[in-house]
Amino acid sequence: MNRLVPRLLLAPAVTTLLLWMIVPLAMTLYFSAIRYNLMQPGEREFIGLANFEFFVTDPDFWPSVTNTLVLLGAVVAATVVLGVGLALLVNEPFPGRGLVRVLLISPFFVMPTVNALMWKHMMMNPIYGVLAWVARTLGVTPVDWLSDHPLSSIIVMVSWQWLPFATLIFMTSLQSLDRDQVEAAGMDGANAPQRFWFLTVPHLARPIAVVVMIEMIFLLSVFAEIFTTTGGGPGNASTNMAFLIFKQALMNFDVGVASAGALFAVVLANVAAVFLIRMIGKNLD
Amino acid sequence: MKLRALLLLLAGLTAAPASAVDLVIATVNNGHMIEMQKLTKHFEQANPGITVKWVTLEEGVLRQRVTTDISTKGGQFDIMTIGMYETPIWAKKGWLLEIKPDAAYDIDDLLPAMRSGLSYEGKLYAAPFYGESSMLMYRKDLADKVGVTVPERPTWPQIRDLAAKIHDPAAGVYGICLRGKPGWGDNMAFLSTLVNTFGGQWFDMSWKPQLESKAWKDAITFYVDLLQRYGPPGSSANSFNEILALYNEGKCGMWIDATIAASFISDPKQSKVADKVAFAQAPTMVTPRGANWLWAWALAIPVGSQKVEEAQRFVRWATSKEYIALVGRTNGWGTIPTGTRKTTYENPDFLKAARFAAAEKLAIDTANPNESTLPKSPYTGVQFAAIPEFQAIGIAVGQQMSAALAGKVTVAEALKASQIAADREMRKARYYK
Amino acid sequence: MRPRALLLGAVAWIVTLVLVFPLLWLALTSFKTELQAISVPPLLFFTPTLEIFAEVQTRSDYLHYARNSLVTSVASTLLGLAIAAPAAYSMAFFRTRRTRDLLVWMLSTKMMPAVGALVPVYVLAQTAGLLDSLTALIVVFTLSNLPIMVWMLYSGFKDIPPEILEAARMDGARVWGEFRHVIRPLAMGTLASTGLLCLVLSWNEAFWSLNLSAARAGTLAALIASYSSPEGLFWAKLSAASLMAIAPIVVFGWFSQKQLVQGLTFGAVK
Repeated sequence: MNRLVPRLLLAPAVTTLLLWMIVPLAMTLYFSAIRYNLMQPGEREFIGLANFEFFVTDPDFWPSVTNTLVLLGAVVAATVVLGVGLALLVNEPFPGRGLVRVLLISPFFVMPTVNALMWKHMMMNPIYGVLAWVARTLGVTPVDWLSDHPLSSIIVMVSWQWLPFATLIFMTSLQSLDRDQVEAAGMDGANAPQRFWFLTVPHLARPIAVVVMIEMIFLLSVFAEIFTTTGGGPGNASTNMAFLIFKQALMNFDVGVASAGALFAVVLANVAAVFLIRMIGKNLD
Repeated sequence: MKLRALLLLLAGLTAAPASAVDLVIATVNNGHMIEMQKLTKHFEQANPGITVKWVTLEEGVLRQRVTTDISTKGGQFDIMTIGMYETPIWAKKGWLLEIKPDAAYDIDDLLPAMRSGLSYEGKLYAAPFYGESSMLMYRKDLADKVGVTVPERPTWPQIRDLAAKIHDPAAGVYGICLRGKPGWGDNMAFLSTLVNTFGGQWFDMSWKPQLESKAWKDAITFYVDLLQRYGPPGSSANSFNEILALYNEGKCGMWIDATIAASFISDPKQSKVADKVAFAQAPTMVTPRGANWLWAWALAIPVGSQKVEEAQRFVRWATSKEYIALVGRTNGWGTIPTGTRKTTYENPDFLKAARFAAAEKLAIDTANPNESTLPKSPYTGVQFAAIPEFQAIGIAVGQQMSAALAGKVTVAEALKASQIAADREMRKARYYK
Repeated sequence: MRPRALLLGAVAWIVTLVLVFPLLWLALTSFKTELQAISVPPLLFFTPTLEIFAEVQTRSDYLHYARNSLVTSVASTLLGLAIAAPAAYSMAFFRTRRTRDLLVWMLSTKMMPAVGALVPVYVLAQTAGLLDSLTALIVVFTLSNLPIMVWMLYSGFKDIPPEILEAARMDGARVWGEFRHVIRPLAMGTLASTGLLCLVLSWNEAFWSLNLSAARAGTLAALIASYSSPEGLFWAKLSAASLMAIAPIVVFGWFSQKQLVQGLTFGAVK
């Protein structure tokens, strides 16, 4: 095969993404270096790095970086581990498997805002939530999730929403696991944990890498859940970088600082990506 | 002769009715607006050729959406629902068209507080659709049981005493429920009024934030102590809707919040305690100034709309006496949009259906955005400061207050962080160096 | 093996029900009145009513929003697949040293939080006269989901054993033939799951849907937004509206789940 065909196949994807990336990126770079507040049109002077400085000197800046990374790590860990578990659980046939598979994927269909409201009011409310009722039935004081454990609550909500995604990818991938090979290994004396570790896990290595990378992209910009439930608080306990940018962009309408913040978010994402690639990148091949 | 007749006929035929005009209106998804949406067919019938298309969003999202649009001259909306916060700011920037009422509209019927809150340099830039203040709503049965009569204008120490007496978590009743969710329109709306009545202000005359002043310290300490002792768990995530749910379930002994809550808690279809609620003015401390807030949702027309005449017509219709009467006839007088016109409060049908009417009117009449603080202030607004920077400051301070309430930081730490945040924003906006 | 399958099945069912419980509760709440929705303790048994659904239906034009959601989601998914599949194919079967870099670069186009790019994109859309149009939404959805699609398809294509491909090539198949007759059946599972996920991502996309649309191009995300957090009790209505918004996708997922898990059959290799 000559080299032209592969390049042609790639061309539409690469060109469109390039345009989609370049134009907003260029505009964001431009906005980040000028003074541009939507509420004060007409004053567009060049102010160099002042926007960046303002964004970084926000007392909430470093906590938001930490929160972003903690959220990312926790949700990825939860969804990968539980996702693999669930995919294995439904791998063998049993009565009603089809329905179970659809049910397992269904939380992903719920809009993030609805998800957040549902958890906040129906589940986590310490007075009329379902979790509170369970606690009281067990004789325990209900936990005030959103006030006492804001970041953990957000992690639970987001994990619940993304678990189906991981499960689906792992389910699909497990289908292509060579059953004959697994059975042969069993007959050669390998027990279940050994079969899992030496056969299943390597097979799942690439899907896991894919799930981690894709989730990373989405989780770095989690916003709806925080906005709807804790408003970034109490204090800055559940403020992540996306929320910090939102405060500038849509509360203050300061496009300059928001653009500077967006560029910081890109830097953070790149750092996380480099780190993750180093850990799991070889699995992508 | 025949030719002339033919020409006339042709002229008559070609003078066809004008093609339909689509008005796009952006509005909040509150009950009264939903009602307006349902009743729009009356307007469309009376104005053939105009159809009204709706974009309904939650308050925060709506505000972002319309602000983005109006400031980038997107031109997506012909009518915008905005509040008392945006109106003076946007009018000053020349983004809004003046509302042109006709004689039948009776502009002098508008409550003075509402009219001035939505005007700039004497001209009305947004027509009030419904207005609210804040007041105390308490459970008369619980107060009677402990032998306390609540005066028409209670003081905060009195409220504290009553909360202590009726607080009974074992029976599922909490002494007092107040907002705690971070947000400039959530917890800060209430806390601003609390600070006002403790004698404080947001900014002094040189625009320096005053968040570490004695008034702020006293007010917030009082608030945190009161709610931590006599409030429901989870208060730091509670705003209007959450407390409404609690109140309607009978869990709150007292509630200080928007006057519009009164209609919900007195509605037996939604509330288990509908017949047990009574009303009084918002409590005061050292001054009655700014103790109860003032807010209106109003309809405004952005400069750049292509359908100004039709938009003016709709705005007049939706905020007229006739519209209010229409709602009264269709859904009952207890559900009309209130807080806008004097004649509403003279209407016997309304007064009969709404026990809260007198308290509500008194609250609105006594709220003055131009004189909402004890020391002189450079800004207008009772529970906000009508400057663009206020939203970001409000949410930052709101987050700190919520953290203090949740016990994550001390009141002093919260106020210090708030002061820093406010100072940063004001400096960036070049109010002072 | 039967008892084991039953035991496994029982465990799977219990785990699933616990996991999906919030969603089931949401569905249950849509049949309650507003007052029942907030009662303490939570009501499990009550007289169901359809009045909330009726209210949602009269109040908002569900079909209008649903139609927009359908059009934008399906169009962006199909468009995305058409662009992403060739790219993923190329990267999976014609690997170069640059392939991994290219993959990571594609993902990096999603690193900027949408909220930071709001004003640039809004201004662009306005200049192009595309505010409040389905076209703008389709373009934005396609480009937002493209990296994900490429990644997932790439991963799925890599799962196909090279022996099959070699066998087909030795039989003289050219690229298109290869794709149609060999790859596509084997990769059906991946194509279906990628398509479904991107359909869902577009269906639920709320940020751009809300900001780039006004009265005409609103999707179901806008419908849901109009029921979120107004003044007053709204849980039952929101639950009902959400149920009506999720239902089409769940039904679709149910019917396509055979394609979802159709994978490689190893008989083909042997």
